[in-house]
Amino acid sequence: MLAYLIRRLLYAVPILIGVNVITFALFFVVNTPDDMARMQLGVKHVTPEAIEKWKAERGYDKPLFWNAAASGAGKLTETIFFEKSLKMFALDFGRADDGRDIAREIRQRMGPSLAVAVPVFVLGLFAAISFALLLVYFRATYLDFAGVVLCVAMMSVSSLFYIIGGQWLVAKVWHLVPISGYGEGLSAAKFIVLPVVISVLAGLGASARWYRTIFLEEITRDYVRTARAKGLSERLVLFRHVLRNALIPILTGAVVLIPSLFMGSLLIEAFFGIPGLGSYTIEAINAQDFAVVRAMVFIGSALYILGLLLTDISYTIADPRIRLQ
Amino acid sequence: MKFVLLWSDFLFFLLVAGGVIFGLWARRVEHQRAAWRKVGQSRVGMAAATVLVLFLAVALLDSVHYRERLPGEGEHYAVEVRSVLDALLTPLRTRPEKTYSAPLATHSFAKENIAGEGRDFPRLKFGGAHLGEALSRHGADIALRCAQGLGLGAVAGLALWLAGLPLRRRAPHLAWDAVFVTLGVFCLIAGPLAMLAQGYHVLGTDKVGQDVLYLTLKSIRTGLLIGTLTTLIMLPAAIFLGILAGYAGGWIDDVIQYLYTTLNSIPGVLLIAAAVLMMQVMIDTHPQWFSTSAERADARLLALCAILGLTSWTGLCRLLRGETLKLRELEYVQAARALGVSSGRILTRHILPNVMHLVIIAIVMDFSGLVLAEAVLSYVGIGVDPNTISFGTMINTARMELAREPMVWWSLTAAFVFMFVLVLAANLFADVVRDAFDPRLAR
Amino acid sequence: MTLLTVRDLTVEIGAARPVEGVSFEIAAGETFALVGESGCGKTLTALALLRLLPEAARIESGSIRFAGEELLALSEAEMRKRRGGQLGMIFQEPATSLNPVMTIGAQIAEALALHGGGASEAKAVDLLSAVGIPDPARRAREYPFQLSGGMKQRAMIAMALAGAPQLLIADEPTTALDVTIQAQVLELLARLQEARGMAMLLITHDLGIVAQQAQRVGVMYAGQLVELAPRTAFFSAPSHPYARRLFAALPAAGRRGRLQTLPGSVPSPAQRPDGCRFASRCDVALPVCAHEPPPWREIAPGQQVRCHLEEPRKVGAGGTAQSGAAVPEPPPATALLAVRDLAVHFPIRRGLLQRPVGWVRAVDGIDLELPAGRTLALVGESGCGKTTAGRAILGLQAATRGERLWQGEALKGLAPQRMQMVFQDPFGSLNPRLRVGAIVKEGNPTADVGALLAAVGLEPEMAKRYPHEFSGGQRQRIAIARALAVDPQLLICDEPTSALDVSVQAQILNLLVELQEERGLAYLFITHNLAVVEHLAHQVAVMYLGRIVEQGSVDEVMRTPQHPYTQALLAAVPRIDTSGKADRERLLVPGDPPSPAQPPPGCHFHPRCPRAAARCRAAYPEAVQLSATHGVRCFFPG
Ligand SMILES: Nc1ncnc2c1ncn2[C@@H]1O[C@H](COP(=O)(O)OP(=O)(O)O)[C@@H](O)[C@H]1O
Ligand code: SF4
Ligand code: SF4
Ligand SMILES: [Mg+2]
Repeated sequence: MLAYLIRRLLYAVPILIGVNVITFALFFVVNTPDDMARMQLGVKHVTPEAIEKWKAERGYDKPLFWNAAASGAGKLTETIFFEKSLKMFALDFGRADDGRDIAREIRQRMGPSLAVAVPVFVLGLFAAISFALLLVYFRATYLDFAGVVLCVAMMSVSSLFYIIGGQWLVAKVWHLVPISGYGEGLSAAKFIVLPVVISVLAGLGASARWYRTIFLEEITRDYVRTARAKGLSERLVLFRHVLRNALIPILTGAVVLIPSLFMGSLLIEAFFGIPGLGSYTIEAINAQDFAVVRAMVFIGSALYILGLLLTDISYTIADPRIRLQ
Repeated sequence: MKFVLLWSDFLFFLLVAGGVIFGLWARRVEHQRAAWRKVGQSRVGMAAATVLVLFLAVALLDSVHYRERLPGEGEHYAVEVRSVLDALLTPLRTRPEKTYSAPLATHSFAKENIAGEGRDFPRLKFGGAHLGEALSRHGADIALRCAQGLGLGAVAGLALWLAGLPLRRRAPHLAWDAVFVTLGVFCLIAGPLAMLAQGYHVLGTDKVGQDVLYLTLKSIRTGLLIGTLTTLIMLPAAIFLGILAGYAGGWIDDVIQYLYTTLNSIPGVLLIAAAVLMMQVMIDTHPQWFSTSAERADARLLALCAILGLTSWTGLCRLLRGETLKLRELEYVQAARALGVSSGRILTRHILPNVMHLVIIAIVMDFSGLVLAEAVLSYVGIGVDPNTISFGTMINTARMELAREPMVWWSLTAAFVFMFVLVLAANLFADVVRDAFDPRLAR
Repeated sequence: MTLLTVRDLTVEIGAARPVEGVSFEIAAGETFALVGESGCGKTLTALALLRLLPEAARIESGSIRFAGEELLALSEAEMRKRRGGQLGMIFQEPATSLNPVMTIGAQIAEALALHGGGASEAKAVDLLSAVGIPDPARRAREYPFQLSGGMKQRAMIAMALAGAPQLLIADEPTTALDVTIQAQVLELLARLQEARGMAMLLITHDLGIVAQQAQRVGVMYAGQLVELAPRTAFFSAPSHPYARRLFAALPAAGRRGRLQTLPGSVPSPAQRPDGCRFASRCDVALPVCAHEPPPWREIAPGQQVRCHLEEPRKVGAGGTAQSGAAVPEPPPATALLAVRDLAVHFPIRRGLLQRPVGWVRAVDGIDLELPAGRTLALVGESGCGKTTAGRAILGLQAATRGERLWQGEALKGLAPQRMQMVFQDPFGSLNPRLRVGAIVKEGNPTADVGALLAAVGLEPEMAKRYPHEFSGGQRQRIAIARALAVDPQLLICDEPTSALDVSVQAQILNLLVELQEERGLAYLFITHNLAVVEHLAHQVAVMYLGRIVEQGSVDEVMRTPQHPYTQALLAAVPRIDTSGKADRERLLVPGDPPSPAQPPPGCHFHPRCPRAAARCRAAYPEAVQLSATHGVRCFFPG
């Protein structure tokens, strides 16, 4: 068991390295730092000196892999690859192109992101599973059919519509909560309610339908027939036998997302003015801040890989067939 | 006039041709025909397919591009690249107002200083211009045009139904009634729209006075292209690598698994954001590559498809790998090996045809997700070129005006409704296709 | 006293009626066996008794009276009290019929809570020990995957007993089990039934089990009962033409040569004829049979037959088979294929670096000689390494050590022109996307498809069709044609008939015999079915845990078995005893076969062997040659 987990952990290392190499290639090989500088400075200000200055301020003036001018280990370390890519393994993200410290920014913005993402995750899972269970309990009736139609319709609506429509209706017409913004501590609650409800609603159709399929597949298994032959009621069969088996793939499938909750949601945070990592990323994209985007790619991947690891662990906990092997 | 074949046009036509060839092939192959017949027998499937075909027709018309010859001496062509759809919709395209106007309005949405009369809502240049001073006839005119349109639509629907009779006779087991009901509904909607559009901006105008109906119709091509080309681009890699990993096993499997796990672990939006940013730098620093802005926008569209493809092949690849692993152990593959059949032949004869259903299901299932993704990405600023008309760019420009009082709701609504119809049709069609092809459900 | 009375039970699925007009009775404490081939409606009948039909199916009409009460009139809540409480049921697949994420104890406790007066761990453990599970307290805390197949089925039985039912419905309870385990479970069922005075509805396709366990028999065909009889009457004089043909199709000792077969196949539930459903396959059919449903007639006390014939027993050749001349000849001097010390070990990888920490010794050094034009049967229970051995002999599976000599010359890898294989699963062995013609041509593009199809008894026009249009038996014929296309001299048949019904199995066995006579084919016939061995083989090798424990001519091994395992295997097969006496005093080997990853030290069989002595635990016995052909690996043969 432990060996298995250590092996999975070790397996994560080459993947992280791969991500690092991909981002490096994307940001420094596809385009040279000169291109970036030109783009950032705009057509009017492009002079060779301005480009050099821009690069030097941000540490992009070094060679990519091999610094012949430096001495000793510096030949390797005083390079863009080392400074900008390898240091990310030590969670050293350097400064944003506008000069601010990325790591500090991330620490500050994690809280608001989590404040929205965690309730969305928990409530969304709960709502989708409950809805799916309801449909399965009434399977092969008109209620089930109507529910599936509703799911398909809900997943055909753009998430932008949920956000814009929700904001308009709840905040503008009914004036129930502020349209956007964020507050510290408990005052954050009134800003969080709407984005959470909207996110849960936007994701409900697709996941409920998917979970319904999982439940229906489970319900055809032989052990369900055995449970019925014991004389268990349909409700007990569903909750005690089917649910427990179906939840293993559902919950372990959800675990992979947990670490990524830190990253927040781009759309929701941008629309509701929540100062989290999602809106940070959007701002960076709009400002074409390469350093921030690069850092976010790396963190996002690292969190996802952590999620994979947690999935493995949760599987071994949840499923006796794996736990006891 | 000079025809222009944009890269995306070329690929789109290639795709349609591929679809036709696939259709001809599928007609001859028993299991394909059986599965598609199931799709054809489903009412929902046929109705959804009809809607998709209508959308496809619009997109195809919008994919035949040309540059108009300028009047005057010599071979000079307009820089603007137009499509056949543009030509068909010339009245819509060439009658811009100054700024916002509500659907079917005769006056502008915003008050303006009108010389000599103070601030008021100015009359529109084109919307309702035919009414002249007889503004009291506005409502009656609309009703009349609607009635005319409905009549026309009914006639057209009837004509289509008659024209379809031979089809029904040739293939009586298919759900033709769903097709003709859908077409009928379409005619009854399109008729009044067409009649009204001749005198009004049916869906209003946007900030710079462009007709929203025109914009919405133009958005269809972008959505369809992203939904299909992306899959087309990623398909070869996904199929090849997935099957190879599953069949070869060993280090080949390890390498391919590593590849897709790594790519998959970068959050999709961020990878797209990073790649699009870089692509933008590339396009911006090489203006000499593109002779018209249409080409530039086109390049960006294709690059977006490629990037989306890059991030979305991993799912299908993993699925195919798993399926191939299962198939490899099946007895007919074992029997082929025992008979000395080569690996290449086993892959093409035994593995590929038996994973084809997964590929087809993936193509139809991915489509709707990609159409929705385009809107979100364009909104975030990492989608299509801001000059490309798409649902995303429409929503993006319209959302700025949400805060206005009263609200400018028509652009947003039009974009959302069209997108909803397209995606819903795609989702329903995908469901029917999956049910028809999934062998687990076939039992 | 009658416990259960079923009258005119009809089950509908859509427009089809997979069960129609079934009536029978079961007395308290009696075992009633329902026999029939797969798909004839046995399981649906059983599920209908519990009102547990699958969602698509419903009871169209009929009456089910249990202990004086009409079950079909009960509310669902009332019915639930009967389920598990008065009617218990056990199913065919122990592997999938238990909830994989609940402990065995919890699953039994659940049944106890409903019917047994409260859940208690102690009671669950008692039940487990009552069904003969060793160390029941520990097993109660384990999950299903930690138990062997036989133990899972025992646990299922314990669960069914929790409510102390008056009627136990057992749907093919031993079909998924090995024959030695089957014998244990059948013995357990008989013992429990006697001790508790329970009635039992035993569903099976195996006439041997019926002969051994049942007091009365019902034969089902295409959704209907066609014969009802007490066991003795049934086995001494099966009367319905279908029942008689079924007996004739059974392979058995002393019946070499051709088996009687039933032509054609069972009509599908969707399109059943108006008259007698057996009419199209019946060799004694009357003109009236085609359009008029036959009436029930009582032809002997308690024996009823549904047939138009006044005295069905007297008509036709029915019950006996021609016995062929089949004295096994001594094998030819040179072997076609000799296998020397062949072994296949699969690594068990564990730990950080996935180093092999042990080996599954699936095949652990076997020697075989396959003479030309003869059949060697490789017999053993599931997991003993038969399939792996066959694949290694063919070259499909790399061997860990050992060699294969083709007429003295060493083989490397596959030899497609010399050896071919026919697989077990008729549904997995043909690519559904290819036409039959393309499948047959797979190994030899120039093959004459028409002639090959004709040779295996199919129509040449069938080349244009796809596999899904064929029944299991026909598919197996296609698979044989595909192998024959390259004109091999040796055919390795891995359980080619174990997925087929008896009547179809007979057709395939006949075909194999014919092909051997015509083409001089040699067979390596891998099977667990000893009756088939006696029918078909010239020589037999018995395998246990990766090694061959006894080898010899069919007479030597089947008549005078010397290894205790062979003897146990033979004893475990339920025999059809026409006298109708049940002989329960059989040699039962206890326990389960050990895992090939950790074979017991010394003789692998010693933990289960009644003759085991100290030296058996110390060393693996060398082969003892009892005759020129008969060898056995046991310290105490005899
Ligand atoms: N590829 C494999 N990897 C590991 N173990 C295997 C493999 N194939 C078979 N085995 C094991 O080898 C043993 C013999 O299997 P098999 O040859 O299939 O037996 P049989 O044909 O008698 O059912 C079993 O315990 C099985 O689990
Ligand atoms: S009724 Fe006729 S066809 Fe049916 S079994 Fe009797 S004799 Fe044969
Ligand atoms: S060697 Fe001993 S344990 Fe093995 S079969 Fe013979 S008597 Fe039994
Ligand atoms: Mg086997």
